[in-house]
Amino acid sequence: MSNMVQAIRMALHVAEERHGVTDVFGEDVGPPLGGAFTATQGLKTAWNSPLDERGIVGASIGLGLAGCRNVAEIQFCDYAFNTIDLLKLAGMTHWASNGDWNCPITIMTPVGSGIRGSIYHSHSFDATATHIPGFKIMMPSNPRDAYGMLLSCVVDPNPCFFLVPKALMRVRNNPGEEIPGEPGDDKALSKLIDAPLGDRSNWKPQWPDTPDLFVPFGEARVVREGQQVTVVSYGRTLPLCAKAAEALSQEGVDAEVIDLRCLYPYDWERVAESVRKTGRVLYVNEDTEVTNFGEHLVRRTVDELFYELIAPPKLLAGAFIPGIGLADSLEMASVPQLPAITDAIRALAQTEP
Amino acid sequence: MTPLRTVRNSPDEGLSNELLVKLHGLMVKARVLEERLIQMYKQGDGYFWIGGPGEEAFNVPLGLLIEKGQGPQYDYCHFHYRNSGTLLAMGAESIDAMRQMKNTATDPYSGGRNFVGHFSKREWNIVPVSSPIEVQYSMVAGTALAQKRAGGRGISIVTGGDAGTAEGDFATCLVWCSRPANPLPVLIIVTNNKWGISTNYAGQHGEKRISDRGKAFGIESKTIDGNDPEVSYREIAQAMEYVRTERKPFLLEAVLSRLYGHSSASGANKTNDEADCLVGFEKRLEEKKLLTRAQMDELRTSYTAELLAAHKQVKEEPQPDPKSIRDFVFSEKDLVREGAGDGRSPKGGA
Repeated sequence: MSNMVQAIRMALHVAEERHGVTDVFGEDVGPPLGGAFTATQGLKTAWNSPLDERGIVGASIGLGLAGCRNVAEIQFCDYAFNTIDLLKLAGMTHWASNGDWNCPITIMTPVGSGIRGSIYHSHSFDATATHIPGFKIMMPSNPRDAYGMLLSCVVDPNPCFFLVPKALMRVRNNPGEEIPGEPGDDKALSKLIDAPLGDRSNWKPQWPDTPDLFVPFGEARVVREGQQVTVVSYGRTLPLCAKAAEALSQEGVDAEVIDLRCLYPYDWERVAESVRKTGRVLYVNEDTEVTNFGEHLVRRTVDELFYELIAPPKLLAGAFIPGIGLADSLEMASVPQLPAITDAIRALAQTEP
Repeated sequence: MTPLRTVRNSPDEGLSNELLVKLHGLMVKARVLEERLIQMYKQGDGYFWIGGPGEEAFNVPLGLLIEKGQGPQYDYCHFHYRNSGTLLAMGAESIDAMRQMKNTATDPYSGGRNFVGHFSKREWNIVPVSSPIEVQYSMVAGTALAQKRAGGRGISIVTGGDAGTAEGDFATCLVWCSRPANPLPVLIIVTNNKWGISTNYAGQHGEKRISDRGKAFGIESKTIDGNDPEVSYREIAQAMEYVRTERKPFLLEAVLSRLYGHSSASGANKTNDEADCLVGFEKRLEEKKLLTRAQMDELRTSYTAELLAAHKQVKEEPQPDPKSIRDFVFSEKDLVREGAGDGRSPKGGA
């Protein structure tokens, strides 16, 4: 069963074999390394770019405009901040040309905390990405979704962000949620598609035959059904929310957990339907809390569902501080962790008018 | 390291009389268009003017030499906002620039969404011009990579000014186009008018010539007199031929004039202390007895009248429907792949 980087690798293989992807590129993306997280090992269109994020995004746009579907990687989203104007241009290409051009590119980048990455390998990007109109934004919480989301991104005619939670790179699928065609045995899969240590110049992966499997844009997924409180999350914090809800069920708290999956366009209908049922909603993500995407969801909840609410809608997000400190104690205190999520769900479930 | 290939000096032979007259006609047409656009701004028929009066001697030959069409077999144009003369030489209609000036719904480049001079035309591989300085230099490697892979003679052309070369994107362009792993067919053009809005070149740039920066990357480079249309035509043709056949980059710096300042933000008034490329060229055409002063005056009068009529027409055309603001946020179709022809190498990689 694949972990998330292996799922991404298999999706990119399918993308270059069957969906016309001509370039998977970025810093250390090609051989010998195959990506800082090994997500691009063994791909025939993977190549190493100069160490230049603006060049990477610019080349991606140019390739896209010339009809070459491509996946450009920014090694850590922390290093995408100097490309914002180019990302804005990608997002506005179709609109600014009044529908004449489109820009079919995928920007793939690892996001968030979880690897003790200190100040410049821990930033989130969801608040920034959702401020760039014209992009579709996918963010997986499990390998199977990563596989299907990335394939959706590469075949879409618009620019897409594929935001990969670093903390979940090595997480495996839940039983029953495998990618069809992948070996069930971890070691067997590793032998097929993980590059060997040492000299890999003669190594070639043996790709399992995995199908086209697309996660549609704007389709959230109910991870756990419940009646008492709605919890909406994505990425690293989603499995924590599911775990908290499971634990709280022992205390009699019945939480519904929704994986938003696609940040734009987002599945408001699914969220609203759940909030109408429970009357309580907690949004959870780890980006900094001021002008956070969750704040938009809170605003929309207030605007459209005010009279359905039993309790004020809540947001649990990262502290509004410049970065995430390296020490374990600092990182844990900077972004939502399991205890805080559990407490927030419990408190909301107990709130009465 | 292989020594740089020496680019031949321009051939001495002149351009045909027919071509000289054609160049002149388009230069006048481009100048009259810019003057009309400035008039439109001053009369309140547009919010902002920016353009390229003074650059006609370079921009018109460039437009005539571009292989226009759609997809990697044709030239990709990553222009900035001073290329109206290039557009006219490629066959664009003057009135369309005026429509963009008046931000009408009929503006074919942006539907009233963008400033004048911000061209976009997929049918001719003209990628959307944007206001941020130098970003086009970061994009050009992408289209050129597709073209290198596709084979053929298509090249990518990028234009921008001297001040913008201070941006990191210019260095990005030099690095990405000259990678030993895969040098790219890019004609890198810098039109050096010696100004960045109000800041002069001499105070900010220690390099003697911008083209010198290409040398460190092994890029063929040259600085030319962009105020002379004959020199420009020959040098652009020669640089293009090198890029088309060698499939490598060429850095061409054209020194030229800025006749009406940066934009309407600096008044858009005529300056008299910079050389006017039309004056010098017209004198030469008279001396060669290719055109008389009267013929040239008549041509200008005729274009002026034509554009006055077009101005009146554009004023009557509809503004964009406010309901259209959400149109084209997302594309339903992969338009660029439909038009990309055989640029989609199944092989890929770099």
